[in-house]
Amino acid sequence: MAAASVGRAATPVDVYEFPDPATEARYRGLIAEFRCPLCLNTNLPGSDAPIAQDLRRTVYRLVVEEQASNDRVREFLQQRYGDFVLYDPPFRLGTAVLWLGPLVFLALGIWALLRVARQPPAVPLSDEERQRVQRILEEP
Amino acid sequence: MSPRPDESPRSLARAGLYLPLALFAIIVGFGYAGFELNDPHQLPSALLGKPFPEFTAPRLGEPDAVVTRDALVGSPVLVNVWATWCVTCKAEHAELMRIKTETDLRIVGVNYKDRPDEALRWLADFGDPYEFTLEDRDGSLGIELGVYGAPESFLLDAHGRIVYKRVGDVNPRVWQQEIVPALQKLETGA
Repeated sequence: MAAASVGRAATPVDVYEFPDPATEARYRGLIAEFRCPLCLNTNLPGSDAPIAQDLRRTVYRLVVEEQASNDRVREFLQQRYGDFVLYDPPFRLGTAVLWLGPLVFLALGIWALLRVARQPPAVPLSDEERQRVQRILEEP
Repeated sequence: MSPRPDESPRSLARAGLYLPLALFAIIVGFGYAGFELNDPHQLPSALLGKPFPEFTAPRLGEPDAVVTRDALVGSPVLVNVWATWCVTCKAEHAELMRIKTETDLRIVGVNYKDRPDEALRWLADFGDPYEFTLEDRDGSLGIELGVYGAPESFLLDAHGRIVYKRVGDVNPRVWQQEIVPALQKLETGA
């Protein structure tokens, strides 16, 4: 079997101890759910910004020391950093455009497609109609 | 020649012709609004309208002098998050000194993820615009405030409620166009 090289993005190294693998898995799952507020386009494990490190440590504290539920962790961060920190923003009046916009455009696109499909196919001119067109075109 | 019964009348067909263009213009409009009008680094604060969080923190350089939220209540106060490692904070400093000397707005500092001895030296060298400064060495108070960099500033009303947040420096333009109106709103009356 050919040796496959696994390219790995440089992930910052936090040295944390976990009481068991399940807790560690929960921690790793959670930190991947949050957007780094400074780096905008990466999640917490993908960022080496100090705030990302602080937020990872906060999630660690909540999960390991306070045994907080996943929802509690999400609520904690959202209360302080807003919807933006969640990659999955809650559905609210403010985010309705975000969630529904694509669906609206999809519906419009399907409607437009159906209208075009429903048009009658072009009917070729009959011989008589073609002769009439010829005569009209040849008129001086 | 009258239109065949299964054809749309001309005017509707013309409207249909321009509909995709109109939709495209709307999408472009959204895109423009999204990219031009808002600096994506300026996240809206989740704490607007909410009380300043409870905390305990020492005064800068006085580990036994513990401060709580009560110290911020009573009159409007500008809470300024700063650090010696923050270059923009140095640029903002002159404006904070001006606010201190020319207005009666209280300014309280939060020294964020910094070294107290360096912070004290910085204030001694450049001037101290703060009524007092709190130490937030590990950034935990910052996390309670949704802080993700420095400088950031919060305007609190007399009840300790956060009514305005600035991500970035407090410069003369921000003071005039954003903070002064917010202060005026407090006076006339929420």
